[in-house]
Amino acid sequence: MIDRDELLHVARLARLALHEDELDTTAAELSTILGHVAAINELDLDGVEPTAHIGDVSDSLRDDAVATSLPVEVALAPAPAVRDDGFLVPSPQGE
Amino acid sequence: MTDEIQSLSAVAAVAAIADGGLSREEIFAHYRSRAEADELNAFTWVAEQEPARIEGPLGGVPVAVKDLFCTEGIPSQAGSKILAGYRPPYTATAVSNLEAAGAPLLGKTNQDEFAMGSSNENSAYGPVLNPWDKTRVPGGSSGGSAAAVAGGLAPWALGTDTGGSIRQPASLCGVVGLKPTYGAVSRYGMIAFASSLDSAGPLTRDVSDAALFYRHLVGKDSADATSVAFPESIELPTAERLDGITLAVPTALVDGDGVEPGVRASFEASLETARQLGATITSCELPSAAHALSAYYVIAPAEASSNLSRFDGVRYGLRHEESNLDAMYTETRHDGFGDEVKRRILIGTYALSSGYYDAYYGRAQRVRTVVARELAAVFAGADFIVTPTSPTVAFELGARTADPLSMYLSDLFTIPMSLAGTPAISIPSGLSEGLPVGLQICGPAFSENRILSAAYALEQAIGFDGSAAWGVER
Repeated sequence: MIDRDELLHVARLARLALHEDELDTTAAELSTILGHVAAINELDLDGVEPTAHIGDVSDSLRDDAVATSLPVEVALAPAPAVRDDGFLVPSPQGE
Repeated sequence: MTDEIQSLSAVAAVAAIADGGLSREEIFAHYRSRAEADELNAFTWVAEQEPARIEGPLGGVPVAVKDLFCTEGIPSQAGSKILAGYRPPYTATAVSNLEAAGAPLLGKTNQDEFAMGSSNENSAYGPVLNPWDKTRVPGGSSGGSAAAVAGGLAPWALGTDTGGSIRQPASLCGVVGLKPTYGAVSRYGMIAFASSLDSAGPLTRDVSDAALFYRHLVGKDSADATSVAFPESIELPTAERLDGITLAVPTALVDGDGVEPGVRASFEASLETARQLGATITSCELPSAAHALSAYYVIAPAEASSNLSRFDGVRYGLRHEESNLDAMYTETRHDGFGDEVKRRILIGTYALSSGYYDAYYGRAQRVRTVVARELAAVFAGADFIVTPTSPTVAFELGARTADPLSMYLSDLFTIPMSLAGTPAISIPSGLSEGLPVGLQICGPAFSENRILSAAYALEQAIGFDGSAAWGVER
């Protein structure tokens, strides 16, 4: 149901590396699960509206009031790498 | 004194502290030493000492908190290697509500990684053991919270339920677990799994404890736009009878193949007890319940795949050092996430991807509408729906890890209420082969007071004794 190429495409979308020795098992497990959940295709859902969320959450804006935010150094403290006032990451182009 | 403290329910401990018969220092020290000596792997962190004292109606009776709640300066790892050592800069509203009511933090409890699992075997910090039989799972994902309460390591605990993660471990461990109406408890500071389903609630030794705990948990929170004010105060239950109450049993579902004979026998005995208390038992149809399970295993992974995109090695947690940004992201996530979390991220990404969105996510959302309608139709003619909480008692460690789908089937009875956002409680209904069985009682949105009341009447009549697991000989 889902083959290696399709799995690699989905993993790419998910920004999740899969190593060569993980591909076959993962593809088989996902195929089993997708085969089961595909049972929802048996139902007649004509005219049924989707539910994304339960409950009425309209007009749930808070007051536009000034409040204190986390200090920069506190927000940065758990980061693996920082420089100055920001999170430090490797270059998108590589070294 | 130790056994005396241990034998007190949380409500009784609050009363004993108020009377002066017990001090808050004594109860904290008692449970701290119990949690410190944890042989169930229920705790991932235990407080060194009682936090700064806050006076409140909970009197100092300490609380164990599932690890996915952010607690300022205290490890909050959500059962994941990707958050190893993470100490958040703020505290979740649910936890601060309890602290403000006078319940200090005793420790953080183990869980399935990001709450994905029904056995607590998906934790990067090792599986939790069931206090009734240490070769068996406690259920999940709030397995550490359930085992801590059942094993007498904590007076009560905070958990979360996305598809059954409070109710199922409560059932397998012989404690009470309440999944609230969606939105009744703030999600602010809960490390998110599936935002449209996640609900925080109590795991307790009895129904009265659940009511007292829940009273101080609910409330609208300006930091969570989906939270709502509970329309009434939560009362301690006193009902002794069920006269005039109608309980609906989804017969076709409960008679299904996967339900163990011992679970069915306990369930039928509970129905008989309810009849004797004056309740009317009727049969109902939930024809889409099996499809609810399928829809859940599309919707929850879809939301998870989005929520878990934040774990990328940039702002917190693990980073796999690479010279290139994209490789840093992908290898960090490869190293940091466990197998079940990866499966769900991939399923969710697939279900949301171009070409599959309508067939999977779109249809699953429409099934969700159908499930909510079916529940509402039953509640139009009955007060509650009752089912076993789990089709089985606690299974052996490792029994289902090789087959993810068989694990998912643990959630058959708990998922419809999650999709509909309606409240449900699990209470112990007895033992099967020496292991606890849970009874689930579900009602319409905001019916928690009525659910607690019915659960209390049944609890008194059933007379379940969990003391063997929490370590006091009666």
